[in-house]
Amino acid sequence: MSSQSMNRANSNEIALAIEGVGFAYPQKVALAELSLELPSGQFLALLGPNGAGKSTLMALLTGLLKPGGGRITVFGRDLARHPRHALAELGVVFQQSTLDLDLSVAQNLSYHCALRGLSPKAGRRAIDQQLERFALSECRTQPVRRLNGGHRRRVELARALLHGPRLLLLDEPSVGLDIPSRRELNRHVRELCRDEGVAVLWATHLLDELQADDQLLVLHRGRCQAQGKVAELVQGSAAGSLNSLFDQLTEAA
Amino acid sequence: MNTSLASYGYCFAGILQRELLRFVLQKSRFLSALVRPLLWLAVFAAGFRAVLGVAIIPPYETYITYEVYITPGLIGIILLFNGMQGSLSMVYDREMGSMKVLLLSPLPRAFVLISKLLALALISLLQVAAFLAIAWCFEIRPPLSGYLTVIPAALLAAYMLAALGLVLSSLIRQLENFAGVMNFVVFPLFFLSSALYPLWKLRESSEWLYHVSHFNPFTHAVELVRFALYGQLNGQALTVCLAVTTVLTLAAVKGFNPSRGLAPRAARP
Repeated sequence: MSSQSMNRANSNEIALAIEGVGFAYPQKVALAELSLELPSGQFLALLGPNGAGKSTLMALLTGLLKPGGGRITVFGRDLARHPRHALAELGVVFQQSTLDLDLSVAQNLSYHCALRGLSPKAGRRAIDQQLERFALSECRTQPVRRLNGGHRRRVELARALLHGPRLLLLDEPSVGLDIPSRRELNRHVRELCRDEGVAVLWATHLLDELQADDQLLVLHRGRCQAQGKVAELVQGSAAGSLNSLFDQLTEAA
Repeated sequence: MNTSLASYGYCFAGILQRELLRFVLQKSRFLSALVRPLLWLAVFAAGFRAVLGVAIIPPYETYITYEVYITPGLIGIILLFNGMQGSLSMVYDREMGSMKVLLLSPLPRAFVLISKLLALALISLLQVAAFLAIAWCFEIRPPLSGYLTVIPAALLAAYMLAALGLVLSSLIRQLENFAGVMNFVVFPLFFLSSALYPLWKLRESSEWLYHVSHFNPFTHAVELVRFALYGQLNGQALTVCLAVTTVLTLAAVKGFNPSRGLAPRAARP
């Protein structure tokens, strides 16, 4: 681990703070008064069934939607007032693939580097590093269309890390992947968190992606139903298991 | 955050490179962009040559064949269809999600969007160059200096029409709605202009059609290209094109809604 990574991992900075954020589509309240804090180097799972508001929250955090109320700060910078600074800190993997299928892996990555203002030299270095990290070097010149789902997701994750973000937003990144690919992706992300101090917000509806000591926020119909460590939430309830707890929280509301 | 001047250059170069790659990969797009005006030139213009006589009008200094007259109009049609193709690809990118990648750039959104428009305009120029090369084989040979002076004129016209495409893409909700653009935007812009016939000829048939065509910005884009192709500057056309380009760019950037396509379909107004 590099000294830079060590410094990052040791930092207790708040990577992401959401205070009373709400958002409504014309005929539907998608998020109501949501608040959370995510320190550097922490993995926070955002758990909720389909339609809970997870993707809406991701769109708010990336500036694609404007919140109806509340405040979002990324490393202390208000997203509404300093969107460029906030975006520079973010690495994002959306639920829907955003790769250009006709371009090769390297071309997709190089486009991302350019959009982030990286020089071609710095871009090439970052691309080599990430392709190696995700064992994608052999796919470098292949069109994305020819890759399987697991490889495409790895390319998206590699792309999200090219500019060295300190906060990673992952919106159901494992949807459509087989079990080994899901495990692999989950492992990669946890390594980033542990070894490089990257803060991770992982939105999912799959309970088996969570670990007992993960921080968890359960979202249902745009509202926070529970927040805390997975093990503590399960112990503090009469549910007995995370599955039962999740069922209780998402059926009762 | 890297916001040096160089980072803006890298960003623009990246956007241009992506558009070039997409252009090269979509060979059918390039071919159809060429075949369309060539059909007009080889079939339509040949057929109407005997019917439509063109008097001596600026910038031409002598009687010209209809093919010579129509060539700048066909350059216009290349630029117009490319502008709409750009619009279509932006709606497609939005629906497929790849527009999000562009919008996550930490550089100012206006810069990113204008870079995209400029990249699309430069791609259009490549097609214009290919068309002029083929037109040369049809004996349509403007002065050599015209091939240089037409570059800035065609670039401005291409940018203006790409900006129109971006404005339209903000108004179109789904890819399926794009057919309407052809009927209500492309065809009226093209037929109510000086691309196919001189305006004085149109005036002989209908006074109001003449006035509508005279106010059509596409007429001025075509006239700008026509004069530039013969090494001359049409001041009025340049002024109109600059003004319309400024207004369309502002409208495109201000009216661009990054949340378009994110709202659940059921909740859309």
